[in-house]
Amino acid sequence: MRAPIMPRVAVQAAPFDVGAEIDRLIAGRTDFGASVVFTGHCRDEGGRIAALELEHYPGMAEKELERIAAEAAARWPIAGLTIMHRTGKVVPGEVIVVVIAIAEHRREALKATEFIMDFLKTDAPFWKKEHLPDGTSTEWVAPKQADDHARATWGRE
Amino acid sequence: MPSALAGGYNWLMKLLYFAWVRERIGRGEETLAVPADVETVADLVGWLRTRGPEYEAALSEAQAVRVALDKVHAAPGASIRGAAEAALFPPMTGG
Repeated sequence: MRAPIMPRVAVQAAPFDVGAEIDRLIAGRTDFGASVVFTGHCRDEGGRIAALELEHYPGMAEKELERIAAEAAARWPIAGLTIMHRTGKVVPGEVIVVVIAIAEHRREALKATEFIMDFLKTDAPFWKKEHLPDGTSTEWVAPKQADDHARATWGRE
Repeated sequence: MPSALAGGYNWLMKLLYFAWVRERIGRGEETLAVPADVETVADLVGWLRTRGPEYEAALSEAQAVRVALDKVHAAPGASIRGAAEAALFPPMTGG
C-alpha cells in the first residue's frame, strides 16, 4: 500500500521558476521513473494582446486545485504532484499554470497531468481579461466549449 | 431581525462577484438580508435580478452564471440554507 501523496498547490502573483519546482518535487526521490511537466503560457494572439489579467476567487481557487489534485491521485498511482497558477497581470510568453506529476511509469503521469488540466480549465475559479497594446483593456476571455467536452470525456465524479 | 435560523426570517449572507459579473453589478462583495423564501441557488439568482438594472444586466444570462456556496460549486437546485457565503461568476477561463 503506497503512502498518500501530499500535492503542492500554490496560487501566486509572482512568476514561477519551473526548473526549481521540478527540483523541489524530485529532490531525494529515487522511486519514480517518469516526470511530466505541463506549462501553460500567455499567448499574444498574433500581437493583439499585450497582457492577460488573471482574476481569481481567493480561498476557493486553492481549494479547487487541491480537490482536482486529490481526484487525480485517487485515479492514478502518482508519486508526487505540483499544481501552480498565476494571478494578476501576465505578459505573453510567461507561464500561467504549471503541473508537474511524477510516477513509476510515464502513462499514469501523462494521464494525471492531462486530467488535471482538463478539470482546472472548467472548475478552478480563475478568469482572464485581455489587455491591448494601446493600454486599454477589452473583453473577458470567453470559455471554450471544447474545454467542457474535454472534461466530460473523463466522466463525472 | 436577520436570523440564521431556517424558516420565517431573512438571514444575512455574504455575496461575492467575480469577472464580468462583478463589473456589471459594480461591486465585488456585499452583505445582504436574503428573504426566507429564497431557498435554492436558482431562487437566489432570480431574487438578485430583481434588485436593480445592474443586477439584471449581470445575471440575465442565467446559464452563463455559476454559483459557489461557501467556496464549493453548487447546482441551480442546491439549497442555500446554512451557507454563509455565495459567489456568482461567469464560466471559468483559467489555465
